[in-house]
Amino acid sequence: MKRYDLIIVGAGPSGLSAAIEAAKRGLKVVVFDENEKPGGQLFKQIHKFFGSKEHKAKIRGFVIGEQLLEEADSLGVEVVLNATVIGLYQDKEIVVKIGEAINHYKGDTVIIATGAAENMVTFEGWTLPGVIGAGAAQTMMNLHGVKPGQKILMLGSGNVGLVVSFQLLQCGCEVVALVDAAPKVGGYGVHAAKVARTGVPFYLSHTIVKAEGEDCVKGVTIAEVDEHFKFIPGTEKHFDVDTICLAVGLSPMSQLLKMAGCEMEDNPKRGGQVPICDEYGRTSIPGIYVAGDVSGIEEASSAMIEGRMAGIAASEYIGYIDKDEMDAELVKLDAALDGLRQGMFAPANRGKTITETEEGIPISTNLLKKGFVADDEIERYPGVTHKKGIHPVIECTQNIPCNPCQDACPKKCISIGANITSLPTVVENETCINCGMCVASCSGQAIFLVDEDCGDGTATVTLPYEFLPLPEVGTKGDGLGRDGKRVCDAEVVNVKSMKAFDKTNLLTIRVPKEYAMKARFFKAY
Amino acid sequence: MNSVNDRSRDIGEFIPADDDDMIICRCEEITKGEIRRAVHDGMWTLTEIRRYLRTGMGLCQGQTCSKLVKGIVARELGISPAELEPATSRVPMRPIEMHVFANEAKEDDDHE
Amino acid sequence: MDMRIEEHPILGVQEKGKLVKFTYDGKEYEGCEGEPIAAALKACGIMIHRYTKKEHRPRGIFCAIGRCTDCVMVVDGVPNVRTCVTPLKEGMEIKTQYGVSDKPFSEQ
Repeated sequence: MKRYDLIIVGAGPSGLSAAIEAAKRGLKVVVFDENEKPGGQLFKQIHKFFGSKEHKAKIRGFVIGEQLLEEADSLGVEVVLNATVIGLYQDKEIVVKIGEAINHYKGDTVIIATGAAENMVTFEGWTLPGVIGAGAAQTMMNLHGVKPGQKILMLGSGNVGLVVSFQLLQCGCEVVALVDAAPKVGGYGVHAAKVARTGVPFYLSHTIVKAEGEDCVKGVTIAEVDEHFKFIPGTEKHFDVDTICLAVGLSPMSQLLKMAGCEMEDNPKRGGQVPICDEYGRTSIPGIYVAGDVSGIEEASSAMIEGRMAGIAASEYIGYIDKDEMDAELVKLDAALDGLRQGMFAPANRGKTITETEEGIPISTNLLKKGFVADDEIERYPGVTHKKGIHPVIECTQNIPCNPCQDACPKKCISIGANITSLPTVVENETCINCGMCVASCSGQAIFLVDEDCGDGTATVTLPYEFLPLPEVGTKGDGLGRDGKRVCDAEVVNVKSMKAFDKTNLLTIRVPKEYAMKARFFKAY
Repeated sequence: MNSVNDRSRDIGEFIPADDDDMIICRCEEITKGEIRRAVHDGMWTLTEIRRYLRTGMGLCQGQTCSKLVKGIVARELGISPAELEPATSRVPMRPIEMHVFANEAKEDDDHE
Repeated sequence: MDMRIEEHPILGVQEKGKLVKFTYDGKEYEGCEGEPIAAALKACGIMIHRYTKKEHRPRGIFCAIGRCTDCVMVVDGVPNVRTCVTPLKEGMEIKTQYGVSDKPFSEQ
């Protein structure tokens, strides 16, 4: 039986990160993944990540995936694809289906980084072709270049539902509605806002009554629900759609750990059945570790740090590094992970109702109910200020761990400060040079450059634009408000695409000056 | 003894519901009503439900329905899903053809 | 109805395999070599992959990553092939699966 210092199951963000840290310290590492391609879900993540520099913020997920693969490869990590792990035994023997044969391996240490599976909900017609998981939609469009449908209804307003809705719009699908049974949007407000401003209506406290169609989905009926999630008669709404996309949460894929005999618990805060483990991923069986979503549902940035922690802990367990070295490394990673687990959406705040930001500003209720900050709410946030000439307007209204905008501005116009979750503020005496770096750097697409009064009765608004076709200078269209509804006529006066913007184009539109603080999206006639 | 194992506990009669014909296990085509009825037939654990109805025993091996079945059984028993022991995890974790399952790789025809 | 994304604002023009011919229920179609069979069918607007054994209900793509097994079809005579993770090859014979057979229920 072939032996390795470390066997990792799952070549996603946490598994690859673990492999890199262990290989750096001299361990002989193999990573098994059942998929044809490595990277887990990273290659389906085409948005810019949140966080700070150390978390690879403002880099798109698939680019992070490429970086991890390259690093693992340069360190001699063996990644075996199409390798399905079908069993894990207590003595760290692992059974893997490779090709048409069953292989057995022994690991002195094992890290399980199998990630998560999608949850599903049932409704009449949920087995019809055309009802798909959000992951399926991402796989079809971002990996295989095929649209999952033409007209789509999204169920779920968590980050997955919001991000996938935006991706659907980016590849040319129509999203007819975003629906969630919960009374408020579950994901980041900035993710919701960038979907809402394109005109997608949000239906909170609504869910699907039925999928319609005989052989495949032809339509969908939703209805409002009361506080007990029961349908309220008479509130039904119908949409013609060919696809219904479900984004209703994830569950850890922890079956291998249960099979190995690790102590398990059912912990709703961590997403379901998870191994009992310490902060570095050590399970109840010495030498078996976990990292990433399998140990509790979070996101890719924290999964990468958890992976690195487990890789380092495994290195110490079999003596490649000593305890002092391990502790020194883990302290640094602790701080990085802690940075990500701050703010309104921190694991510790799950299930809590937060009504005020850390700065004591009331949270936008409209954002939570309809996906956009209302015109009469936006002025209260510190990033929204007024001055003569071009200046940034930062519509960042919730405390999330993210700060690339602060570093992006070469003139230091934007400040977040030491606390990564603080709302960005516009520094009063610094002068904006209209370079657009802040607009492109904002992972939440929440920064606009506004000249509120050009002197001729018009104003200009520069906004981030990640759609095709890219409008040309001179194109006339509608200026859309934060709610995605037409507010005024608009004309494109500048289009900027730069390598440094990383595919985020900057569109400058001219609008009547009374709409300077209202127009936030552009739709050509 | 916890409430799951106390089989003398009265969970009441089976009461038909509108959504009893909803498919829960997509592979084996088992409905919500069948699962609820099975609980009243005395199948109180997920392992028993599996053996009685074949939920989660089809091609996907419970990837999609496990959590749904757990929720339905817990509700019928009047307990939280966290109190229900999940079904046993065993080899093979993924659907696999028998001729492959029985085909042990020789040490020398390793993937390297 | 073309379901293929010609150019993507972030991913650009995605690299695909060369065009190959395959048959679906005896009729000839084209897809890109190496892409999952399910993606090729989707691009051709085909939604129904199989009919279930008990209720004879239609099923199609659901998870698209090889987990749910709802998209299985009869490929080159082999039933229960997960089309979402099986690469398309030139000349593949892909058939709707009825229960576990490629014969409609009326002929079984």
